[in-house]
Amino acid sequence: MNSTILNIEKLNKIFVTDKKQSVQALKDINLDVYNNDFVCILGPSGCGKSTLLRIVAGLENTYNGSVRHKNKPLLSSHQEIGMVFQEYSLLPWRTVISNVVLGLEFLGVRKKERIQTGMKYLSMVGLEKYAQSYPYELSGGMQQRVAIARSLANDPDMLLMDEPFGALDAHTRIILQKELLKIWNKNRKTVLFVTHSVDESIYLADRIIVMSSGPGQILEEISVEMERPRERSNPEYGRLTTKILEMLDIQGR
Amino acid sequence: MFWQGMSIVIDNKIILPGVNDVFLLLKNPTMSMIGMGSLVDNLTISLIRVLTGYTAAVLLAIPLGMLMGYSKTIFSLFHYFLGLFRPIPPLAWVPLMLAWFGVSSLAMFYPVQSGQIYIYLRNIQISMVVIIFIGAFFPILLSTIYGVQNVRKTLIESARTLGGNEFNIFTKILIPASAPSIVNGMRIGLGVAWMCLVSAEMLPGSISGVGYLIIHAYTVARTDVVIAGMISIGIVGVMLDSVFKSIEVKKFSWQSKYR
Repeated sequence: MNSTILNIEKLNKIFVTDKKQSVQALKDINLDVYNNDFVCILGPSGCGKSTLLRIVAGLENTYNGSVRHKNKPLLSSHQEIGMVFQEYSLLPWRTVISNVVLGLEFLGVRKKERIQTGMKYLSMVGLEKYAQSYPYELSGGMQQRVAIARSLANDPDMLLMDEPFGALDAHTRIILQKELLKIWNKNRKTVLFVTHSVDESIYLADRIIVMSSGPGQILEEISVEMERPRERSNPEYGRLTTKILEMLDIQGR
Repeated sequence: MFWQGMSIVIDNKIILPGVNDVFLLLKNPTMSMIGMGSLVDNLTISLIRVLTGYTAAVLLAIPLGMLMGYSKTIFSLFHYFLGLFRPIPPLAWVPLMLAWFGVSSLAMFYPVQSGQIYIYLRNIQISMVVIIFIGAFFPILLSTIYGVQNVRKTLIESARTLGGNEFNIFTKILIPASAPSIVNGMRIGLGVAWMCLVSAEMLPGSISGVGYLIIHAYTVARTDVVIAGMISIGIVGVMLDSVFKSIEVKKFSWQSKYR
C-alpha cells in the first residue's frame, strides 16, 4: 500500500445561510487518500462533495475536524495542491501560454524557464499549437485542457478536480476522460475527482467514494479493480453501475 | 444652413451671429479677443485645472475603490459616508469652496513668487480643483468598486490554488480583470470633470478659462465668442473622450468575447 498523502478525520462543515439557519453540509467525513491514487467522489448534487474538495483546496477555512496533507495540518491554499474548476477559470486577457505559466509566475520562476515548462505541459494536453491564442478562441473542452495543463505546470503532488467535464457535451467528455487517464499515467499525481456521473467515476477511479446528501456523508467506498483502459461493455462495468445506482436510489427515496 | 438662414432673418449679431463670424474665431484660435487672451490660452488654463483635479481623483478613487470592492469590511466602513456625499451636485460645493479657499491657488505652495511656473500655478485655484475632484471622484470610485466586485470568483480562487498570495491576486487578477470597468469610470469621470469645470469657471471668483470667457463675452455682448467658446468646449470634450475610447478598443477587446 502506498503512503497516505491526505488524511481527513471527523470533518464537519456547517453553513449558515443568510436567514441565520444552519445547514450541515458535511457530517463525520473520514477519508484517507494514498499517493498516486485516482479517487472519485460521487454523489447527488448538494451532497457536499464540492465543499469537501474546496476544504482540501484550502478555499474553505471554517470547519471542524482535521484535514492533514502529508501529515501537516492544511491551513490555506498552496501550490502543492492544484485544482481544476468546473467553470472556465482561465484569465481571458492572457494568452493560453501565459495562463499556463500563471502559477510559475507566482512561484517566481524565471521567464525563460516558465515558458519552457509551460510549453511542456501544453503539449502534454495537445495544445502547443494554440499557445498564442486567447481562451475565448478555444472550445470549452480545449479550455479545460488548458486549465489542467496550468495546474500540472505547478507540479503539485495532488490534483483536485471539481466536475471539470461537467459543462462539456458527452462526446468531448469521453475524449477528455481518456486523455486525463493518459496524462495521469505519465505523471502519476494523486487525483481527487468530484463528479455526479456514475459512468465517469467507474471509468476513471481506483476508488469511488459514494456520498449521500442531507447531511453529506460517506455511504461507501468501492474499489474498482478493472484493468485500464476500461471497456464500457465489460460486464463488471455494468455490475458496478447497477450497484452504485441502487445505492444512490435508496438514498433518493 | 439653418443657423445661417436664421441669423440673416434675425439680423442681430447679439442674438445669433453668423456662421462665418464664429468660424473666423475658431479658425484663428490663437487670436486674442475681448482683452482676455486667445481661445487656446483659455482652453489650456481650463485643461490644466481639469487635469490637476482629475489626477487627484484618479489617484484616490482607484485604490479606495479596489479596497472597497475587495473587502466587505472596508466597503461597509466607507459606504454610508460616501453615499451621503454622492448625490450632492459638484457645483453645490462652489459657495463652500469659495468660502474656504477664496481665490487662493496652488501657487501658495510654490516657494518663489515669480516666474512662468508661478503664473501658471496662480491660475489653478484650489476651489476649482476641489470641485473637479468631487465631480470626477464618484464615477471613478463606483465603477472601480463595481469592476472589482464583479470579478469572477473562480478566477480569484484558481489563482489562490496556484499558490498566489494576496498581493499576486491584486496585481495579476483584480487589476487586469476590473481594468475595463475602471477605464470606463475614468472616461465618465473626465467628462463630468470637464463639465464641472466650465460651469465652475462661470461662477464668481474666476478670472480665466473658457467658462469665464463665455460669461465675460456674454456681458460684453459678443455672442460670437460665446458660441465659439461652446464649440471649442465640445471639441476638447470629444478629444478627451476619444483617448479613452481608443484605449478601450485596443486593450479590452477580450471583454466582449468573454463568456
